[in-house]
Amino acid sequence: MLLERYDPLKHEMVCILAPDGSCNAALRPALDDQHMREVYQQMWLLRLYDRKAVALQRQGRFGTYAQMEGQEACMIASVLPLQAQDWMVTTYRETGAMWRHGVPLKLLSLYWMGNEFGSQMPEGVRVLPISIPVGTHPLHAVGLAWAGKYRQDGSLAVTYFGDGATSEGDVHEAMNMAGVYQLPCIFFCQNNQYAISIPRHAQTASPTIAQKALAYGFPGVLVDGNDVLAIYAVMCEAVERARRGQGPTLIEAYTYRMGAHTTADDPTKYREDAEVEEWKSRDPLLRVQRYLQQRSQWSETWEQQMLAECTATVEQAMAEATAVPLPPPQDMFRYMYAEMTPQLIEQEAALLASLQHQGEGHATPHAR
Amino acid sequence: MPLRTLVEAINDALRCEMAADDRVILLGEDIGREGGVFRVTEGLQAVYGPQRVLDTPLAESGIAGMAIGMAIAGLRPVAEMQFMAFLYPAFDQITNHLGRMRNRSRGRFTCPLVLRAPCGGGIHPPEHHSESGEAILAHTPGIKVVLPSTPYDAKGLLISAIRDPDPVVFLEPERIYRAVRQEVPDGLYTVPIGQARVVQEGTDITVIGWGAMLREVNQAAETMRGEGVSVEVIDVRTISPLDVPTLITSVEKTGRAVVVHEAPRTCGFGAEIVAQINERALLSLQAPVERVTGFDTVFPLPQLEKYYMPTTARVVEAIRRVLAF
Repeated sequence: MLLERYDPLKHEMVCILAPDGSCNAALRPALDDQHMREVYQQMWLLRLYDRKAVALQRQGRFGTYAQMEGQEACMIASVLPLQAQDWMVTTYRETGAMWRHGVPLKLLSLYWMGNEFGSQMPEGVRVLPISIPVGTHPLHAVGLAWAGKYRQDGSLAVTYFGDGATSEGDVHEAMNMAGVYQLPCIFFCQNNQYAISIPRHAQTASPTIAQKALAYGFPGVLVDGNDVLAIYAVMCEAVERARRGQGPTLIEAYTYRMGAHTTADDPTKYREDAEVEEWKSRDPLLRVQRYLQQRSQWSETWEQQMLAECTATVEQAMAEATAVPLPPPQDMFRYMYAEMTPQLIEQEAALLASLQHQGEGHATPHAR
Repeated sequence: MPLRTLVEAINDALRCEMAADDRVILLGEDIGREGGVFRVTEGLQAVYGPQRVLDTPLAESGIAGMAIGMAIAGLRPVAEMQFMAFLYPAFDQITNHLGRMRNRSRGRFTCPLVLRAPCGGGIHPPEHHSESGEAILAHTPGIKVVLPSTPYDAKGLLISAIRDPDPVVFLEPERIYRAVRQEVPDGLYTVPIGQARVVQEGTDITVIGWGAMLREVNQAAETMRGEGVSVEVIDVRTISPLDVPTLITSVEKTGRAVVVHEAPRTCGFGAEIVAQINERALLSLQAPVERVTGFDTVFPLPQLEKYYMPTTARVVEAIRRVLAF
């Protein structure tokens, strides 16, 4: 068990796939070459989506967007061991994980374009809407995990958050409660080294984030967050523990945010170019590419074809989201409660009358 | 029909709903073995076990946040905040998640849960045990806020709250937890959320209050009756969504009104009621509407408590001023 062998107090980090593409065969999890090609393609899909999203934001077609470039290994590998019955509760930098767990790119794009229908998950997709208040949402995963344990339905909950979130009180409360009730809950911390501008060392005096788990009475493990094989391996163990009723796990994925915090941020103000360059050499995609090359699973032709497919998928999702008509103002009022309150009925009518008066008619309520 | 206090009526509502629906889960600090600091949940863990009556760690935001997750998963959690002031650590969860989840997900995920909290002053407790934060909650979109004043209403409203498809903050006036007994039927019945109650019909003036203040309001009405004044008394019962028509119908009849609450005056919920009356019944008014409220001060420690709380005398004075205008 990696969770037992790697001691966060000794700063030991699970690494399986090295930046040069070589692999620690003794620890290699059961992901065959076909799976690895899929993983590689999915990571590329996210990277291309991310870059397209930033481009669209610059054109004014996306709102403020939180980039995930550099963290694609976390997004994909952490989701591979999950099942459809498992809940996912994320913050704003997990667009990729949400997609991998069943949220269509069209919906995610719609969300970032500023339409709440982007968070109306497809029926049966157990992914909560993006939570923006930092660190508040792991508690929801705790509640979902509690419900799963109560019903004995075999489900678990995984929640994603960043290194900055670990300073928030709710993250402490969430891990404490998950420990007390021994819940099937996985805390996946993407330590991407910065919370906007504040570096990891200024966030907590704890040498690792993973070791915080020990105080809550469950295992914590530090894993190379740019290493799909290591992330997959530790996630499999955490999932296994949860399914067996052995309680929560904290995973600290040590990674790096290659882009800005969001499209509204300028990272040159708080970090050096040399640091960014150094992390480029640890790129999570590059090492999978090298791995596939070493196993004769890669060709330039395949890569070009694969990238073209990804680009087409991204373009199609963006086009579909763009084609969704702008929502009518009634939408603001219609989803506050199961039934509109008299106050909301009156306020909606007042707004519609005002708009009509101004010549912008929306008076016909659309079907709910 | 059995006589029950407010505490007993709430306990009975929880007991009935737990028996009827195994999705109903209670959670909170000291609510299990001890039955809660006010004994509201007394005996329930013995019947339904620690799996359905959870003694939680001491973490109000944690309790609220966990309840949100439980509700999204389809359970019907009823969480206790030990006192209104200790609901404030959970306010982040309430305002940023609880009231938004349905809207944010366009109806895909909902939070049918109840947050119960004792509120109000008058029991001579330490600091932070006498808060009346109903206006803060009423200003929070996406939640409902209920504040009963009688055992009968408390039971029926709490059952409605547990069954409501949306989150309800259920405030319990601690001063009258055991003040009176009232006939409260066994078994299940509901009192609808969103409906005020005309406690006593009258023709000269409308006095509007909620929670523990109904005692002072009723006593003031009794005093005025001795002077030949017919007071219509309204118990708001649901702070949000407010039953505006019942208030307006009454004020249109009487032409005069006083609003009574123990929360601080500025931006208290009385201000909203006065605004509603001004918008809808101004031309019926014979006098400005008065408010009898707590003050824009910190709720005092016990030695000054009696000066803070609106008294029957203050309500009577306000009624006389409005009548004499």
